[in-house]
Amino acid sequence: MTSYYLHFSVEEQHDHEESPLSGQPDQVKSEDTQQQIIRETFHLVSKRDENVCNFLEGGLLIGGSDNKLIYRHYATLYFVFCVDSSESELGILDLIQVFVETLDKCFENVCELDLIFHVDKVHNILAEMVMGGMVLETNMNEIVTQIDAQNKLEKSEAGLAGAPARAVSAVKNMNLPEIPRNINIGDISIKVPNLPTFK
Amino acid sequence: MALKMVKGSIDRMFDKNLQDLVRGIRNHKEDEAKYISQCIDEIKQELKQDNIAVKANAVCKLTYLQMLGYDISWAAFNIIEVMSASKFTFKRIGYLAASQCFHEGTDVIMLTTNQIRKDLSSPNQYDTGVALTGLSCFVTPDLARDLANDIMTLMSHTKPYIRKKAVLIMYKVFLKYPESLRPAFPRLKEKLEDPDPGVQSAAVNVICELARRNPKNYLSLAPLFFKLMTSSTNNWVLIKIIKLFGALTPLEPRLGKKLIEPLTNLIHSHSQHRDLTGICASVSVLISLSSGMPNHSASIQLCVQKLRILIEDSDQNLKYLGLLAMSKILKTHPKSVQSHKDLILQCLDDKDESIRLRALDLLYGMVSKKNLMEIVKKLMIHVDKAEGTTYRDELLTKIIDICSQSNYQYITNFEWYISILVELTRLEGTRHGHLIAAQMLDVAIRVKAIRRFAVSQMAMLLDNAHLIASNAQRNGICEVLYAAAWICGEFSEHLEEANQTLEAMLRPKVTTLPGHIQAVYVQNMVKLYASILQQKEQAGEKEAAQEITQLMIERLPQFVQSADLEVQERASCILQLIKYIQKLQIKEVPVAEEVIALFAGELNPVAPKAQKKVPVPEGLDLDAWINEPPSDSESEDEKPKTIFHEEEQRHSRHRQPEIDEEELARRREARKQEQANNPFYIKSSPSPQKRYQDTPGVEHIPVVQIDLSVPLKVPGMPMSDQYVKLEEERRHKQKLEKDKKKKKQKKEKRGKHHRHNSLHTESEEDIAPAHHVDIITEEMPENALPSDEDDKDPNDPYKALDIDLDKPLADSEKLPVQRHRNVETLKSPDSEVPLVEKKSKKPKKKEKKHKDKERDKGKKKEKEKKVVEEEEEEKKSEPAMGTAVVAESQEVKKEGREEQDEEEEDEGKKSSKHKKKKHKKEKEEKSKDKKKSKKKSHHSEEEPPESVQNGTLEDEPLPVSSCAQTYDIQGNLQNDSQVTVSVIFENKSTSFLKSMELNVLDSLNTKMLRPEGSSVHDGIPVPFQLPPGISNEAQFVFTLQSIVMAQKLKGTLSFIVKNDEGSTHEKLDFKLHFSCASYLITTPCYSDAFAKLLESGDLHMSSIKVDGISISFQHLLAKICFHHHFSVVERVDSCASMYSRSIQGHHVCLLVKKGENSVSIDGKCNDSTLLSNLLDEMKETLSKC
Repeated sequence: MTSYYLHFSVEEQHDHEESPLSGQPDQVKSEDTQQQIIRETFHLVSKRDENVCNFLEGGLLIGGSDNKLIYRHYATLYFVFCVDSSESELGILDLIQVFVETLDKCFENVCELDLIFHVDKVHNILAEMVMGGMVLETNMNEIVTQIDAQNKLEKSEAGLAGAPARAVSAVKNMNLPEIPRNINIGDISIKVPNLPTFK
Repeated sequence: MALKMVKGSIDRMFDKNLQDLVRGIRNHKEDEAKYISQCIDEIKQELKQDNIAVKANAVCKLTYLQMLGYDISWAAFNIIEVMSASKFTFKRIGYLAASQCFHEGTDVIMLTTNQIRKDLSSPNQYDTGVALTGLSCFVTPDLARDLANDIMTLMSHTKPYIRKKAVLIMYKVFLKYPESLRPAFPRLKEKLEDPDPGVQSAAVNVICELARRNPKNYLSLAPLFFKLMTSSTNNWVLIKIIKLFGALTPLEPRLGKKLIEPLTNLIHSHSQHRDLTGICASVSVLISLSSGMPNHSASIQLCVQKLRILIEDSDQNLKYLGLLAMSKILKTHPKSVQSHKDLILQCLDDKDESIRLRALDLLYGMVSKKNLMEIVKKLMIHVDKAEGTTYRDELLTKIIDICSQSNYQYITNFEWYISILVELTRLEGTRHGHLIAAQMLDVAIRVKAIRRFAVSQMAMLLDNAHLIASNAQRNGICEVLYAAAWICGEFSEHLEEANQTLEAMLRPKVTTLPGHIQAVYVQNMVKLYASILQQKEQAGEKEAAQEITQLMIERLPQFVQSADLEVQERASCILQLIKYIQKLQIKEVPVAEEVIALFAGELNPVAPKAQKKVPVPEGLDLDAWINEPPSDSESEDEKPKTIFHEEEQRHSRHRQPEIDEEELARRREARKQEQANNPFYIKSSPSPQKRYQDTPGVEHIPVVQIDLSVPLKVPGMPMSDQYVKLEEERRHKQKLEKDKKKKKQKKEKRGKHHRHNSLHTESEEDIAPAHHVDIITEEMPENALPSDEDDKDPNDPYKALDIDLDKPLADSEKLPVQRHRNVETLKSPDSEVPLVEKKSKKPKKKEKKHKDKERDKGKKKEKEKKVVEEEEEEKKSEPAMGTAVVAESQEVKKEGREEQDEEEEDEGKKSSKHKKKKHKKEKEEKSKDKKKSKKKSHHSEEEPPESVQNGTLEDEPLPVSSCAQTYDIQGNLQNDSQVTVSVIFENKSTSFLKSMELNVLDSLNTKMLRPEGSSVHDGIPVPFQLPPGISNEAQFVFTLQSIVMAQKLKGTLSFIVKNDEGSTHEKLDFKLHFSCASYLITTPCYSDAFAKLLESGDLHMSSIKVDGISISFQHLLAKICFHHHFSVVERVDSCASMYSRSIQGHHVCLLVKKGENSVSIDGKCNDSTLLSNLLDEMKETLSKC
């Protein structure tokens, strides 16, 4: 069972880490526990070397031995999922890849700042893939189609009234320091094993 | 219109949006908290505005803040508002926020039911989708029950996008509302063959989740899944199905046989292509299959072989998965894994912690008598090398787990084990001090032969306590001192240098240890003292004995000053004892015998689950009363006494063997109960019976002379390694001997207390334990019922889903569908005291677009806002006094308040200017005369004799409607947990009111009684319509659990206003105040009965005093009688006694005394909370006089 329940960004002095963390939505977690989980997860994940495996047994904090953390590292970003034993480890690694590729498509060359400034959109994309802790859709094309359709709907709703707001936001963004557009997906290639075909 | 919208959006385009917020936070690194609190203030302002776009923007920002760890639950209601926006853009924001911050404890969540239902049936598929996604995150049992039917309908939606979401969310619904599983299952099964792959995969997903927990119910689906497996091209689906088969095969071996062949072939074909991931996946499948078939060793062999290839691979992910799979095989085929010990030990050196942890896990299952020492030795090396404390702690627990597993089955030399434990205490910063301590205690208690050695080691630990406790507060390792002190004290007869140990325990440094450890120190130093005293006295060294007493007297005061209660108490007690001993010693009276008698008796270990296994003797009914319970009023006082009595009994150590079997059983039960309740209990307890039986046996236990070939040179730090060498030599010798002689040595059987060596495998049998060690089996009650039931967790949420799905559906098994309630059921037979409620009128600000067809009856809503006002008014009516008078006097007051209220509301709610204008006009008109806002009338009902009740005025302004309500709460004598609320509805408008529905938000304690089968969110229809100017009364019954506190319930009255221009749907919010006085029923009482009641002494007492009372005493009593439902028992001058009774039978007695300007009231009641609440209410009433 995978499920996201928050998506956060931690900034350290020089590197940016961001991770959609999944957890058990059915447990009531206070904001404090939530932050503690994030910190701990970040701590666990960030100190791991390259070339080690992508699985982590996080212990009690993430709900006991049945659950584990599965993460992938892309440049300055970590994508971490917390799953229980009903999910296949390699499958989740694949899912993370699908997620990142989907982000890339929806944001057109996604970069870290996209994720930081548009957390809501990231959430919406994730919501098309994972629902209530269960994998909903793994087909990237299908996900992108639905997201596009929803964006279109949103635009049509904004209509005339939305125009000035868009203009202002464009002006606001001009003042931004140039946004680095390099998340470099695939730069660091984790060997994504292709799932076997059973035939 | 469009222009206005543009203008609106220009107004707000300089509001901060999410991006601005994020940017702001990033620019305010130094004072982030301050900046955010500023932002939250802004957001609060934005939430107060009427514009939904502004609200949505605010909620969107809140969602981000929630992710940063800020609590946003205060905005839950605003989130619901945004969820109910008509635009998808806002709706999505609202649902996202809800999915992030709502949980089962969110109280407003029940308000969402209708909104969600509406969204689910929206023509826009994305509205539905977003509602489903949100719901999946915060579904509660109530929501699940109310919406199950709607969701089930969606499972057959035309759009696959909706179907797949609806199918998936059903799993959440099942979890929260298991009754829905059977009715929904046939359709779920259908979805397995849905043409859309997404829906199919969702269905597989749900069924696999379900089957994982309760596989046997899903066996009948096996053929269907087999078909899917061979036809599906979706890898996700395949993996899920295969995992499902893994769970099914243990239950149905034939299934496994069918699968094993193709899978074996698969592995082979993958190997040919060196496709490791393929191997990995199929091997893990095969493993889950084979686990169900113990005899298929060929395939297991194949698996293990392939896994080895994986583990040796350079890809860390594959290595990890290989180890993971290995551990699954280990459970069923430990032998085949054991041959790969080398490989696994090698993995312990891996740089990757995850892999090391996996390897450790495997080791646990691989130890045997032969290799235990070796493996532990390796682990100890890793402990020293380990960097992270997490990993080191993990190692530590694993070492202990490995050694202690199956009742120390693999340990041949306990001296070695104790040494290992002592070595582990050198670890700094470990959290597992208590674990080590528990092991030390367990071994010392259960392995009699090791006690001498253990005591000597523990004495050394105590001696070197400063090493361990140096940073006592920070690390948990000082816990071992707890064990050390206890062992040294309890088994002090084995201690050689008792004096020295005692001194070590008395060091001033000890006072820096945590309290519970000090307490054990104090207790055990007396044991130690007692045994030293005995030694000295026997040796005739009186002076030495007095010296030691003196030492105790000198050092104990440092503990008497301890801040820890337990330590202080024990220390001062013991100090007195020792002072007394000193006196006796001076008189040269031999005391040692008596002192040692304080600690006589021996402890036997009791199995942790023993209590549960005690069979209930025939004919014993545990639920039956031993003595008939005394009457209510007495019971509370009685209880503490019994408890105290019992406890006393339990605490004494029983030393005499009992003759009476029953008595024995009873005491044992009591003792075990205490043990179960006592977290500090060390899993052992004195058992007189055991000791009795054992006595003859003790001589038979060969107490081994500990051979001190291991020099204990480093104090406190024994070298466990030496034992390894010794052990090897010993085994070698043993082997030689054995070769010569035939193994003639037969182990003496030592009855049930002996370890079951015979169980061991042959290869292990050669290794005789170094010492004859007697591991005492943990004590179990006689006739214990063998059962493994206790392994199951009764709270397992999945257990509820263990439902037979093959049985045909019964008619009664239907998902609840929303229905209208029957009015008749509401009628409550008793009528009672009317309470009058006041109404306030207010302009309605929002047009409600309720779609509820049933209510609307298809009529379109009118967009024009109607100005309606209502004021809720509450009036008290008293039988004796004329109600009309009261009503009138209140009306005047009300008038003033009304206006104030209105103003407040204006500020509080964002209303369009347009609306405000109208509102003002209305007010003006009103102030002129009350023509427009129809005149108010207060009605009081006729009162039955027992009527008592009234409500109190609400402080908050109520929104207005064209309908006035008056209410009265009254207790129901027939039923101690019900009150009836009579509400008078009066239509003060010129319009026709119909379809009124009254709904109340139930609290835990107070619930509106609704017709059976209806949900708690449904309102109750008012069984009449109101033409203009007409009033009518309806009654509603509420059930209560506790009446000791006053309650306020929020409620809503919704109705349709119909006039010439059309009809609108309106709502009126109100509050019901259940004061404590409303639970009282005026009951006459005679003075002798009253005196008796006061004498009985079971009543709690409390009193109040109110100053500045000017009204006459007579008047005052009348007020209390009227407002609080008391009756006067006796009156003497300015002093009166009064009495009343609650609907649940609490007696309430009052003594009212009037001074010059003040009144004092002393109250007595069975329930102190009720009393204090009543007095508070009275104070309020009186202070108004």
